[in-house]
Amino acid sequence: MAMSTTGPAAEAELERQFEETIARHDRIEPRDWMPEGYRATLVRQVAQHAHSEIIGMQPEGSWITRAPSLRRKAILLAKVQDEAGHGLYLYSACETLGVSRAELTEKLLSGRQKYSSIFNYPTLSYADVGTIGWLVDGAAICNQVPLCRTSYGPYGRAMIRICKEESFHQRQGYELLMTMMRGTDAQRAMVQESVDRFWWPALMMFGPPDAESPNTARSLAWGVKRDTNDDLRQKFVDMTVPQAERLGVTLPDPGLAWNEERGHHDFGEPDWEEFAQVVRGEGPCNAQRLAHRRRAHEDGAWVREAASAYAARQAAHPGGEAERQDAHEESAR
Amino acid sequence: MTASGEWPLYEVFVRGKRGLNHVHVGSLHAADDEMAVRNARDVYTRRNEGVSIWVVRADAITASSPDEKDPLFAPSGDKVYRHPTFYDIPADVPHM
Repeated sequence: MAMSTTGPAAEAELERQFEETIARHDRIEPRDWMPEGYRATLVRQVAQHAHSEIIGMQPEGSWITRAPSLRRKAILLAKVQDEAGHGLYLYSACETLGVSRAELTEKLLSGRQKYSSIFNYPTLSYADVGTIGWLVDGAAICNQVPLCRTSYGPYGRAMIRICKEESFHQRQGYELLMTMMRGTDAQRAMVQESVDRFWWPALMMFGPPDAESPNTARSLAWGVKRDTNDDLRQKFVDMTVPQAERLGVTLPDPGLAWNEERGHHDFGEPDWEEFAQVVRGEGPCNAQRLAHRRRAHEDGAWVREAASAYAARQAAHPGGEAERQDAHEESAR
Repeated sequence: MTASGEWPLYEVFVRGKRGLNHVHVGSLHAADDEMAVRNARDVYTRRNEGVSIWVVRADAITASSPDEKDPLFAPSGDKVYRHPTFYDIPADVPHM
């Protein structure tokens, strides 16, 4: 290397170059020097995001076998497969920061890294499949579209791929709910009951209020985040209110009203004590979600071992399979 | 397998359609080359994003170092005459 990378003077110079890149709204790439705090912030955020995609397969996955038609089953399968894909894009991005996949998996399974609290709520009725698509994926899109411009290159590129696919997720959910709303009174009641349960947790997906979000200012300065939690929450409410009207459901917030002066909807405060509880691991499904994930990981161990053994044998004896096949045919003659 | 016991990392390149180059789209872990291609199909081309996939083990890639940016790319920095805009041609010369 031409330039020494040790010593406080060299470090200050590297930091200056890093800050310049951020100020130009240019992207930071994996082999660039970056402050430890920037790296740690990204690892925490991207890992949490990846884990959310993986755990997020469970609430809807349980409805695949009970989808009411082949069409709905195929759609749900495709959607859950997408979530797995999104998790993998994000794990890849996270690994470029110098974390290993095994470490990320271990931290999810041991509960040392978090995933979005929304997935700790149960899916009690089939309408929840539609509500998750509409509200939960809708909130995720609100969060994720600005992240396509995040300052870390691999994260932004993963977000672009994810956002392209999320739009299908939201639309299939809304269409599902529209279909149910055209059905019987019982079906309409099922949709309303589902929306009642998911509305507040969806609002909590944007994180704590700005005043209580210690990482927000630093993340904004580094371009890791592009908007504050409260701004994104407001945007989501403004987008969703007319969609709820068109659907014919009532959002369960008596304080929800258009504010002409602000040009935005006023809305009530989510129950932040409940949010804190779910984050602490005391939500309705925290234990179940992690137990399921651990079991799936352990049950899959023999497959991973078999694939490794096969790869090792292929590497040691290239073409071994074909030779055995020939020998078999020979003996059959 | 790598020393750590993890499956090796592969970088994935996809040709979007005939006539285009393969472009880097991301990475994945796989036990061997064949599994890497299969997994790349499932992870990166669920919606007809490609007609051809390349995978290559990440440890087989040699890259320029960001620290060597200046010396490595300097030879092209001072050769502006390689660009068409270097040459002054009167505006009334057609088809140029």
